[in-house]
Amino acid sequence: MVEAGAAGPAPLRIGVDVGGTNTDAVLMRDRAVLAAHKTPTTPDVTLGIVTALRGLAAVEAFGPHEVAAVMIGTTHFTNAVVEARRLTPTAAIRLGLPATSGIPPMTEWPEPLRRTLGEHIYLCRGGCEFDGRPIAPLDEAEVQRVVADVVRLGIPAVAITSVFAPVSAADEQRCAELFAAAAPGVSVSCSHEIGRVGLLERENATILNASARQLAGQITDALERAVRGFGITAPLYISQNDGTLMGVETCRRYPIATFSSGPTNSMRGAAFLSGERDCAVVDIGGTTTDVGALVHGFPREASLAVTVGGVRTNFRMPDLVSIGLGGGSVVHPGPQALRIGPESVGYELEPRARVFGGPTLTATDLAVAGGLAVVGDPARVAGLEPALVAAGLQLIEARVSELVDRARTGPEPLPVVLVGGGSVLLGQALPGASRVVRPAHYAVANAIGAAIAQVGGEVDRIVSLAARTREAALDEARREAAARAVAAGATAASVEIVEVEEVPLAYLPGNAVRIRVRAVGDLTLAQAP
Amino acid sequence: MTGRRVGADALRDVARGAAILGTGGGGNPTIGRLLAERAIREHGPVELVPLGEVPDDALAADAGGMGAPTVGVEKLASGDEHVHAFRALEGHLGRRLTHVVCGEVGGSNSLLPFVVAAHLGRPLVDADAMGRAFPELQMSIPAIYGVRATPLALADQQGNTVVLTAADNRWTERIARAITIEMGCTAALSSYVMDGRQLRQTMVAGTLSLCQELGQLVVASRARHQDACQRVADRLGGHRLFDGRVVDVGRRTETGFARGHAALDGLDRWSGSRLRVDFQNEHLVAVRDGEVVAAVPDLIIILDRETAEPITTEELRYGSRVTVIGAPCDPRWRSAGGLELVGPRVFGYDFDYVPVEALAGGTAR
Repeated sequence: MVEAGAAGPAPLRIGVDVGGTNTDAVLMRDRAVLAAHKTPTTPDVTLGIVTALRGLAAVEAFGPHEVAAVMIGTTHFTNAVVEARRLTPTAAIRLGLPATSGIPPMTEWPEPLRRTLGEHIYLCRGGCEFDGRPIAPLDEAEVQRVVADVVRLGIPAVAITSVFAPVSAADEQRCAELFAAAAPGVSVSCSHEIGRVGLLERENATILNASARQLAGQITDALERAVRGFGITAPLYISQNDGTLMGVETCRRYPIATFSSGPTNSMRGAAFLSGERDCAVVDIGGTTTDVGALVHGFPREASLAVTVGGVRTNFRMPDLVSIGLGGGSVVHPGPQALRIGPESVGYELEPRARVFGGPTLTATDLAVAGGLAVVGDPARVAGLEPALVAAGLQLIEARVSELVDRARTGPEPLPVVLVGGGSVLLGQALPGASRVVRPAHYAVANAIGAAIAQVGGEVDRIVSLAARTREAALDEARREAAARAVAAGATAASVEIVEVEEVPLAYLPGNAVRIRVRAVGDLTLAQAP
Repeated sequence: MTGRRVGADALRDVARGAAILGTGGGGNPTIGRLLAERAIREHGPVELVPLGEVPDDALAADAGGMGAPTVGVEKLASGDEHVHAFRALEGHLGRRLTHVVCGEVGGSNSLLPFVVAAHLGRPLVDADAMGRAFPELQMSIPAIYGVRATPLALADQQGNTVVLTAADNRWTERIARAITIEMGCTAALSSYVMDGRQLRQTMVAGTLSLCQELGQLVVASRARHQDACQRVADRLGGHRLFDGRVVDVGRRTETGFARGHAALDGLDRWSGSRLRVDFQNEHLVAVRDGEVVAAVPDLIIILDRETAEPITTEELRYGSRVTVIGAPCDPRWRSAGGLELVGPRVFGYDFDYVPVEALAGGTAR
């Protein structure tokens, strides 16, 4: 977190989370939340941030120069992909021939996205085997022809993916150099900087990233304008989906890394507020409940492919389990089986729920009738059958506790941290939970998650242990991951290895293993002048 | 021309069904499916011929792949190498292969025969050589009948092809795997050349159609809110061995194979019981409360309890709620010759094979 200077008060940090519905903001000094603010998200990016900053200043006056860093999490890029809007035409260049031609780039993409990006697909020679031997040498003349084509068609972005780039990125880098030399205006995204082993998923993520680069420029400009316009000169950071931060320049190049940063920030914020590092976080909203596990303070990541806007990717995403159950979920008493959700009155809880005088029996009504929450007018649900209320609350508890159980990584009961407006549906205990924690400021946990974020570095590669020992390979990966964290802005002394994963390759008598190491450290913050 | 035509849109069901019969092994079939879909879109549908209608004078070989699935998802195939391997066998034999066959159902190897059949316009036999998946070349029903895996052809994307003749099937396995590593850990493979009579004697009939049917069954049962896991068990004449929650997964590598086990705590009527499933790429043995309830070569199938999606050994993880099904293998595996190739003792267990219906007979269907 924050490196406090030797003298004077610790610097201020501002965390902002721009969600689909609300923009949340917090002002923090060290571990203390000085101010929190919630406002509807506006289409105008700059205006939304300025409104949030003004809101904070209204609660706790602060001088712009006292702020040492601003951290922003945003769903803009995720929404752009889901809606197939505001993305640019993109050339997908794969280096791997004579391999890989059986499944060309953008196979199985949704039509709207394919159309938006155009179908500029190039397969060239290059790439390497799992042990680094070249599949075929990069054919520079061939790449030059692609460069000329991209320039001729006026395509603003290219995505370069070579086979086993996580093992050797040389061909991707050379290809990028050729573009930089001959077409400096074209933005280049390379797969080795974006994803892990698994060509199609990494390539998909790289193409999406390339297509969002222009938008990333516009959004980050708007964010910077807002922050600078407010008089804050401190560095601006953007939240990534693994719970760490990146600088604005990095975000312009890797907008894909912001995907799913919302849920991650919410989980990290919950962990911070509760003081739990290994726990399950239950985020109950109006319509859905998301549950994820925190391991050493970071969300456990999904190991399988994650689909974004219909495209399979494998970038770092938190492993969430979700069900259609929230504060607005509709209760169906039914003659045989009681059912709650997945239909919800959503944001219309206020007019439609019974406690607000509406006609619909919702999960919130059960919570009020059961004495768990005081919302609206409890008298309106006083007449509910006590057996129905008890059965309904029991069902809610059972369904959430099953989710918590699925999010667990081991047999030991986990602490459970509850956040989100719908968390009133649950009582003080939950089966399978060692304890249940409801932290203060739970409604702005996501903004807090952004404000407290660290920076990280990762290594993911397949190594052959024929020529060296496992320990030597692991050590090298650890050192590289740590060096990458420092390069991303971490203070060297604070860097720790948070994850080491080793997967042997099946069906082969050789000694090849896939090694993944992740390091994180505290962001170096300058003391406020 | 007696077969039915199979288009690209059928392959999703085939892949899902193959993952069910693959008993946890074979890797993810997505890459094989995408290759096959593209080959069919480019070259037209594949003619699927019933095993019983393959003429005596037919000459066929299987088409598939060998190597590490982890590499196969990165260095994707071109599809041409599978055609090259098949062609290399023809070159060696000096004869045209009239049919393509499937070596095993499970993972991409159940889809790759569609690639070759589509490319070359040859009929594909609706059958496979195992009725399930196994990790090694000699673990094949034709081998019980003395059919050699060789001549066997391997091909890579560089234009290298190797035609191998070997002293026996175990040598074939060793040498072919060494070549595969040199080829970058994945290779296209064609092997087990047989005539029509041998095919009808040694192949398991109808398994590609069965894969498609199982895939459809899962999707349809789910849509009708039926118990899809039970429907799968019933269709295979199998037994529902256990419903439970994964509480432990241990993995280790031994001689290049991903070995390990999963421990499950029972749910509902199995509450209080525990089931352990051992695997070496495929599931080998299921032990419930200390008693073996199913063992190789019978099929031990793990499905997601809610969706009935098959779960491979790589996907097994703590907290998954699963249904475990034990289904009888092809009767030929149960012969002395079959058990010598794939019985429990081959995988290091110190007990003899007992059919799943005898072991799980007391388990309600």
